[in-house]
Amino acid sequence: MQTPLNNELVGRVRAKFGTALVEAIEDRKQAIVIVESGRLGEVAQYLRDEEKFDLLSDLTAVDWPKREKRFEVVLNLYSFAKNERLRVKVRAGEGEQVPSVAGVWPTANWLEREAFDMFGIIFAGHPNLTRILLPDQWQGYPLRKDYDIIEQDTGWVRENLGIESGQ
Amino acid sequence: MKAGNEGQAITGMAGNNITGSGEKPQTLLGADELVLNMGPQHPSTHGVLRVKLKLDGERVIGSECMIGYLHRGVEKIAEHRSYQQFAPYVDRMDYVAAVSNGLGYCEAIEKLLMVEAPPRARVIRTILTELQRIASHLLWLGTHALDIGALTPLFYCFREREEVLKIFEKYCGARLTTHAFRIGGLQYEAYDTLEKDVERFCKAFEPRIKDYEDLLTGNRIWLGRTKGVGILSAKDAIALGATGPVLRASGVKWDIRKAMPYAAYDQYKFEIPVGTTGDTYDRYMVRMEEMRQSRLICLQAIENIPSGPIMAKVGKVLKPPPGEVYHAIEAPKGELGYYVVSDGTVQPYRVRIRPPSFVNLQSFDYMAKGHLVADVVAIIGTLDIVLGEVDR
Repeated sequence: MQTPLNNELVGRVRAKFGTALVEAIEDRKQAIVIVESGRLGEVAQYLRDEEKFDLLSDLTAVDWPKREKRFEVVLNLYSFAKNERLRVKVRAGEGEQVPSVAGVWPTANWLEREAFDMFGIIFAGHPNLTRILLPDQWQGYPLRKDYDIIEQDTGWVRENLGIESGQ
Repeated sequence: MKAGNEGQAITGMAGNNITGSGEKPQTLLGADELVLNMGPQHPSTHGVLRVKLKLDGERVIGSECMIGYLHRGVEKIAEHRSYQQFAPYVDRMDYVAAVSNGLGYCEAIEKLLMVEAPPRARVIRTILTELQRIASHLLWLGTHALDIGALTPLFYCFREREEVLKIFEKYCGARLTTHAFRIGGLQYEAYDTLEKDVERFCKAFEPRIKDYEDLLTGNRIWLGRTKGVGILSAKDAIALGATGPVLRASGVKWDIRKAMPYAAYDQYKFEIPVGTTGDTYDRYMVRMEEMRQSRLICLQAIENIPSGPIMAKVGKVLKPPPGEVYHAIEAPKGELGYYVVSDGTVQPYRVRIRPPSFVNLQSFDYMAKGHLVADVVAIIGTLDIVLGEVDR
């Protein structure tokens, strides 16, 4: 379903950032650009200021453990001026830091905390990168593919809930 | 330093400085600050929200929301269910607007499968979703007014909400977690008197909105508690990612039903109400007007429900081609987005739910700064959060 995308926006991003734009694809009529992890901050700033993608709808991640770089950080942007959506992706390996975009879109603050909580992705430059949904002492990152659905932090459960863990 | 002395006051207050040196004692926080815990068991936090307030006297100088008490790992569950099996789970996120959740999910999977629901299904979906918006706003209005001290609207709001729930019950047998829609269309044909029931409700509902407004809109106490409280400018609302009525009350005329129409919204005429100052009162007015507009959409939709099939041709086993899709709808609380990744198997590889309440709640700290403790209750109410959705 995925085809290469080559519209004006992609042209402008490519002219400005060159090889930092790894790939531009279209999937089910939705535009996706994959950019180099290290330059996400600049690209984000450019997309917000010059291309008017002023709303960060969503920021999340997907885990592909078999790939060389297992994580894909996904930003869903929206532009009020153009009534258009754009998905920006960044690939990151285990332990690799991804620049935080909380300075560009303050919304990213909680969204990045959630991605950290669920995947263990470190966002460099985040003002307060702590767990948000799970308890601070929790061990493990539940949305990773190698974290089993019934797996949990048995130590934490025993200590805090006073029960033996299990279904 | 009246409020919350029994709360978790961590530091001594300025008056405790008995050294007489004039210097403030060295404490973890500033000596004038007091930390007050609100929730997770607190009637006005609408669920299990815990807010840590940093106070200077009665004034809020900082806050921190602690969430996650209702985290059930919905997104993880999705990866271990088939596409159809996961559909009932989404109803349990925003459990006061289950129909809207279901619509977003079904449409996202339809986009992933590249099928479209037939026109009849789309119109019936629109009717039920708009009724759900009315029910959700009614619950918000009742509880928000109750938080601020107006007891009466709650009873009126629940009376009307009951009528909507009865329609849902007649349609699919459930009142709250309805699972009303299926991927590809609808499972149930509309029951015989659906149009009549909706019409009767809409006719009766118009004077009722006026009743609520009579109780609140010009009420001096209501105005005092809502005007100028929790102001959010358009620029800040966008930066903080607020959507739905919260964004519109700040003056941004943006509604996904108009901007990127889905279901059958492109066929109906309706207005997008906007506010000017972005305070609690504006958000109240926007939601009141939205109920009127939803009522109009329902009336237009029942006039002409197309005949035909209610289910598109989708297989019993759903195997979307590999790829991904992001689909967002205008849920009663804001942009509800589903980002679904398929790897070509019967189970989704990843389902990400972008909950409006979670993102809107992030602006709480910004809005509460500088207000009194009593206003915190009004600000939590005006954000219209549902913790089932915040925590997922």
